[in-house]
Amino acid sequence: MSVLAVSNLAKRYRRGGEPFAAVDDVSFEIEQAETLALAGPSGSGKSTIARLVLRLIGPDAGRIDFEGHDFLALSGAALRARRARLQMVFQDPLAAFNPRATVARVLDDPLRMHNIASRTERPRHIAALLQRVGLDAGLAARAIHEISGGQRQRVAIARAIATRPSLIVLDEAVSALDVSVRGQILELLLDLQRQERIAYLFISHDLGVIRAIAHRVVILDAGRVAESGDARTVIANPQSAIGKALVAATPRLIRNRP
Amino acid sequence: MTALLSIRDLSVRYRRDGVEVQALKGIGLGVLAGERLAIIGESGSGKSTLALAVAGLLARGARIDGTIDWQASQFQTPRSVTPPSVLPDISPARGEIGSSVGGPPSATWEIGESGDDGLISPLAGEMSGRTEGGAKDRQRLPPTNNTPVSGRDIGFVFQDPSSSLDPVMPVGKQIAEVARTHLDLNWQAANAKSKTLLDRVRLPEATLHAYPHQLSGGQKQRVAIAAAIAAGPRLLIADEATSALDTIVQAEIVSLIRRLVAEDGMTLLFISHDIALAATLADRIAVLRHGELIELGETRQIVEAPRHAYTRALLDAHLGLDAKPLLDRQGASA
Amino acid sequence: MNRLRRFFRSPEAIAGALILALLMMMALAAPLLFPGDPQAIAGPALLPPFQDWPLPLGTDRLGRDVLAELFHGARTSLAVGLAAAAAALLIGAVVGTSAGFAGGLVDEVLMRITDAFQTVPSFLLALAFVSIVGPSLGVVVAAIALGAWTGPARVARAEVLSIRERDYVAGARVIGMHPLEIAFREVLPNALPPVLALSSVIVAAAILTEAALSFLGLGDPNRVTWGGMIAEGRTVLRTAPFLSIVPGVALVLTVLGVYLAGEGVVESTAVRRSLS
Repeated sequence: MSVLAVSNLAKRYRRGGEPFAAVDDVSFEIEQAETLALAGPSGSGKSTIARLVLRLIGPDAGRIDFEGHDFLALSGAALRARRARLQMVFQDPLAAFNPRATVARVLDDPLRMHNIASRTERPRHIAALLQRVGLDAGLAARAIHEISGGQRQRVAIARAIATRPSLIVLDEAVSALDVSVRGQILELLLDLQRQERIAYLFISHDLGVIRAIAHRVVILDAGRVAESGDARTVIANPQSAIGKALVAATPRLIRNRP
Repeated sequence: MTALLSIRDLSVRYRRDGVEVQALKGIGLGVLAGERLAIIGESGSGKSTLALAVAGLLARGARIDGTIDWQASQFQTPRSVTPPSVLPDISPARGEIGSSVGGPPSATWEIGESGDDGLISPLAGEMSGRTEGGAKDRQRLPPTNNTPVSGRDIGFVFQDPSSSLDPVMPVGKQIAEVARTHLDLNWQAANAKSKTLLDRVRLPEATLHAYPHQLSGGQKQRVAIAAAIAAGPRLLIADEATSALDTIVQAEIVSLIRRLVAEDGMTLLFISHDIALAATLADRIAVLRHGELIELGETRQIVEAPRHAYTRALLDAHLGLDAKPLLDRQGASA
Repeated sequence: MNRLRRFFRSPEAIAGALILALLMMMALAAPLLFPGDPQAIAGPALLPPFQDWPLPLGTDRLGRDVLAELFHGARTSLAVGLAAAAAALLIGAVVGTSAGFAGGLVDEVLMRITDAFQTVPSFLLALAFVSIVGPSLGVVVAAIALGAWTGPARVARAEVLSIRERDYVAGARVIGMHPLEIAFREVLPNALPPVLALSSVIVAAAILTEAALSFLGLGDPNRVTWGGMIAEGRTVLRTAPFLSIVPGVALVLTVLGVYLAGEGVVESTAVRRSLS
């Protein structure tokens, strides 16, 4: 059974008075411990799909089944409880946290909200989470704006795994990071996936990154699925016009490898 | 080749949240006339500070030591540039802020106390090409001589075109304004120039009357480029100009920059965090790390035979379409 | 620390802070320096200032010590001004945050109520309220707050509208935080700075409104107020103008001090914001 099944999803907006389809009849599934990448140029609907899946916005049509249940049917407390299983990591880890927050508070919130640990146990849980993502437990007392971008993204991942989710949506989660840090974060994600069997919906415009981490890819263009399939196969031999354009536009580094 | 710019022993310090940050440490670098030089580095490497220093756009309060020689003047005897580390130090006033009375004879553009002007304020001068007078000519030379005027001699393209364009002015007028200011044109000629420039950056004529919010990110960046080259600068600086764009638009902007630089014989300073992207465009690559220039060389040499371990690490960290997927390296599979 | 230094760099801010400090000391020292009832008769009626050492500012029509009244009046002005402003800011912040965060019908209803309050002149509102309920310190505070909360509500709503689109609010929803907690724990604290920037204007206006109500005889009759003192002095304005001038000058200086100090705070935080 798939963790997430999205079928015929549609979302329309009005732009300059005229309606346009941000997401148009999009369907895909993600299995347990699988990474599905959504690729496409800006405006192709990648981020809208992420927000729809997370129920930050409502769709105009379509169905979202999460862990075998109709996710769109949930509301109020039931929805908030289910959210524990479906987490997100944003592109800009600074914007993704309350500017006044400390690392401890950021990690304390999900534990408190979903009664994962009692008040007295939480500091121990927070320390364990920090260590899980390769950070020093002493970082807990620091303010979010004091730590580096890479550390912040690790904290974001720690927050996402705090509630033991089955699916994490990663919206351009490594795009703002330095290349050296990016590699480490990708390794961390893979490591978590292997151990916790978490599925990822990995949104990126960078085919190089997608090829490195994703099992399958869905290439979007103007809100519609242009093509989909095994990530390496699609990227090696794209069939759609947009797929070909994306591959052609990706900078190549031609090196004489020893 | 002639050096357009030689940077000697450039150090920049500024205070942030009460802590002094050394953004650049003794950078020595020659930029050859007509070349495409990429400056690459990760965040905090000082690459943007270097770009701003060259354009004279460093924020108020930055402390600058060293010299930037601008040799664009036709009166200047061409001088070949030896590797930066052994460049002769001809500037008597080197490293002394504001003490250039009777300083170097002509070619040296003495920077110091950039606080006087050249500030990128939130309201004024954010638009590339509209910021004037990065560094004051302290020797009161006629402005036609050796001091580059940002906007006229140096075109600057910022990362975020939305914040470098005036949201309430039609873009055609914004470009015309640059042309009018620096080329001494009347409005009519400037508007005609603006139309030509839009055509050169491959935007339809109707864009003249569009406001920035009506344009896409790539179109806005094209407008910013048109404004940057409006006055026919010798040097074009693109500071992460494609980083906020998606891959396809990025490739288009890069090829646009390549074409414009070739057509006008401009020198290009391409600031980027992406070594692969830089390699597709640049003749030479300079690698910065923690404010220091750690390697400078021909693109081919940098990519194929990097001398510095850090450069090699940057190359290895690149995830290209031919790299071995991380999934396999770890042996993980669904 | 930096902010404090920046605050004290501006001479206006220093002047404002000095005036406020003086006022604060007057208010605190009043019961110590003038332990008795300031409304008790202390000497002959209408004694001019600087005539009698124990009564340096003279006496009013009933022979009450003007200096004692001035000190005790500072207590009332300050208490009413601060309490009314605090109440107005609290109501405004809650209404504005609720409207901005909830959106839709809630927003519509709350903002129309805000409009209604804003269209009635706030002084008339206070006047009507006190006339109906009857004058007492609490009622005066409520009456002034009633006319002053709309400004903070509008500013808070505008700020919340922009903040609620930020990633971290989406992040709070994703981890399953309750909307009320998001609104008041995540959003409101970050929307507060521009709302608090209004406080100096509101405090100054509240002090003036209190004085005006007292002047019209709608202040708390059991307390000395500057407005009441001016009203008292009005009947003998030709023969003893100092009775109106002394509290009048105190009032002007206080409002000026509050305003200057408030501007200083806003300036110093504004610089800080633009730097970051």
